Amino acid sequence: MSHTPRSAPIAKRAQLQPGDLGHLVKSVFLGAYNALMVGLELVINPLQRLVGARRMAYFFLLPNMIIFGVFVLFPMLLNFYYSGTTGTRLMPQDRTWAGLANYEHLFRCGNFSQPNTCVEDMFWRAAHNTVVFVMFQVGGMVLLALVTAVILNREIVARGFFRSVYFYPVLLSPVVVGLIWKWILQRFGLLNAVLTGLGGEPIQFLLDRDWATFWVILVSIWAQMGFYTLILLAGLQSIPAVLYEAGEIDGANVWQRFRFITLPLLMPTLFVVLVLALIRAVQVFDQVFVLTGGGPGTATKYMVQYIYETGFANQIPRRGLASAASVLLGMVLLVFTLVQLWLGRKSEAA
Amino acid sequence: MSTLRNFLIRKRGGSRIDITDALTYLYLAVGTLVMFGPVLWVVLSSFKTQAQLVEFPPRLLPYAQETIVVDGYDEPLPLYRVVVDGEERVLAQIRRVGIEAHMIDPENPPADPARPTDAERIRVNINDREPIERLSLALENYTEPLEKFRFATYLKNSVIVTTVATIITLVINSMAAFALSKYRFAGRDAVFVLIIATLMIPISVILVPVFLVITQLNMNNTLWGVIIPGAATPTGVFLLRQYMLTIPDELLESARIDGASEWRIYWQIVLPLARPALAVLAIFSVMWRWNDFLWPLIVLSRSELFTLQVGLNAFQGELQIQWHYVLAMTVLTLLPITAVFAFLQRFITTGIATTGLKG
Repeated sequence: MSHTPRSAPIAKRAQLQPGDLGHLVKSVFLGAYNALMVGLELVINPLQRLVGARRMAYFFLLPNMIIFGVFVLFPMLLNFYYSGTTGTRLMPQDRTWAGLANYEHLFRCGNFSQPNTCVEDMFWRAAHNTVVFVMFQVGGMVLLALVTAVILNREIVARGFFRSVYFYPVLLSPVVVGLIWKWILQRFGLLNAVLTGLGGEPIQFLLDRDWATFWVILVSIWAQMGFYTLILLAGLQSIPAVLYEAGEIDGANVWQRFRFITLPLLMPTLFVVLVLALIRAVQVFDQVFVLTGGGPGTATKYMVQYIYETGFANQIPRRGLASAASVLLGMVLLVFTLVQLWLGRKSEAA
Repeated sequence: MSTLRNFLIRKRGGSRIDITDALTYLYLAVGTLVMFGPVLWVVLSSFKTQAQLVEFPPRLLPYAQETIVVDGYDEPLPLYRVVVDGEERVLAQIRRVGIEAHMIDPENPPADPARPTDAERIRVNINDREPIERLSLALENYTEPLEKFRFATYLKNSVIVTTVATIITLVINSMAAFALSKYRFAGRDAVFVLIIATLMIPISVILVPVFLVITQLNMNNTLWGVIIPGAATPTGVFLLRQYMLTIPDELLESARIDGASEWRIYWQIVLPLARPALAVLAIFSVMWRWNDFLWPLIVLSRSELFTLQVGLNAFQGELQIQWHYVLAMTVLTLLPITAVFAFLQRFITTGIATTGLKG
């Protein structure tokens, strides 16, 4: 790896060029990488001689499988057992087995549509809130993402720029998203300034149940829409232009072309987007936690916050109950995932 | 309807600017405002002083009042524009009594600052004076939290977590992907199906048992407890495996004939060829880890271990939010991601469009 061409003029060599620093950093990194890997060979090659080349596959798989097994697979199985125990101690061996008691506790309810009649009313409030959130957030977002994708797919000036405009909030951390909007929605914030400027009365957006729900949904759409727009845009771009030309020759008008060419061909992508958005929305937590803290009252408390508070944040954590609730949440996600895998298989076969 | 309908087709004919174009650009302009506006507003606000932040209605840019140092007064005096006897003058305020402000002429200060004569001291109704202001950035919003609070520590922790986690993720996932794409062995398909099946199992579903494992391994309240559990991301294995499948097996075979060991094939042939996929995974890992909140919130309870996100949340959860600090720290937190975005946006957007990674 020689980075300075031999024929480089002497005058150029004498001075340090801006590019040289990049080359220097690169060659230092490459040198370190090579040295490290060659060093590892001293340990790993004898292993290969011991077990044979083909069984080296297990060696390559091992680190990932250990972490995956210990921190994903084992906890998943443990979760089922744990959800059947009660007690205040953390370790499973210190807890008493209670069978389905936690689930019974969660489901002891006079009327499921009214959280007040349930023993564990907070769980059902969170469940209700989550259902409302999922319906409006996913519905609104997918619709907006579709409109935006169709517009971005037109022949517009600076398409790359506009595409990234909608994508930018996706990269922001949920905490930052929550804080940005908390600042804008507060009593003396920008939005109330605009409102009073137009002659209206200032509104305590985050202290009113309905307004808080509305803004939590809108902020979540704002933060995530760009991601789904991008996937839909990729779907739109994979539709061959020939089809539209053929449609035009056959006398299909604009609406018919959208209805009978774009929409059916975009359907698989649309479904994937829908399922991904559903999976994400069911787990809504962080930006809402920062924006409203679940309030006012319990108006924006969702499932993951319930699990977090029941299992960790409350004075006396009820981890068995939190575990049972998370198993139920996992079931919902599993259904969505299976639908997605099934759709994926279907579109692969097509 | 005719205006709407051209929206719905994939390509418009002709090059004439028509109503649909106007609507398109209107939508895009409004979209740009809605998407960037809030962030921009926070950036502008973060340079305002505490006093300016409570001003309502707020002004766009950060201002500070002009002051002047006058002999005999310890503090710099605030300057006002005042109309006295039909003549506009620039005066400095020495004190305020009720609705009356006592002013002096800085050009012509009183001989005895402690006891100005009635001619030297000009009494003005506070509603008749107008502060003289200039643009000024309250940079102390940025510097003070770094000294007073632990923001430098949070920043350091976030950098450590992000870097170490990304390196570990890249190494172990690329090794696993290499095994799954380039070897035939008993149980390979079972392992792959297992990984795919857990692709969508998020940490929020297994919070309690993972916390238990972490505690048992003495990783509670350590950065390792944040780093390790998410390192074996199924998404990463899947992405890298799909990419490595496209590397021709003949390449590996000929290297074997030349006597290369399996490890050497991995690091000298497969890894360099899988660079595009590794780069996509690296960018995503950086984003995930930098923005991660729920899991660090559970693992870390000692404030010297907080990551930026957890620290920022703790800071904004106080009863009296110190917005001038919170806003500045918010800007600092979104800065690295914005920089990554500015340089790599094309790369990221094509990466998502082709792999469907979650953002």
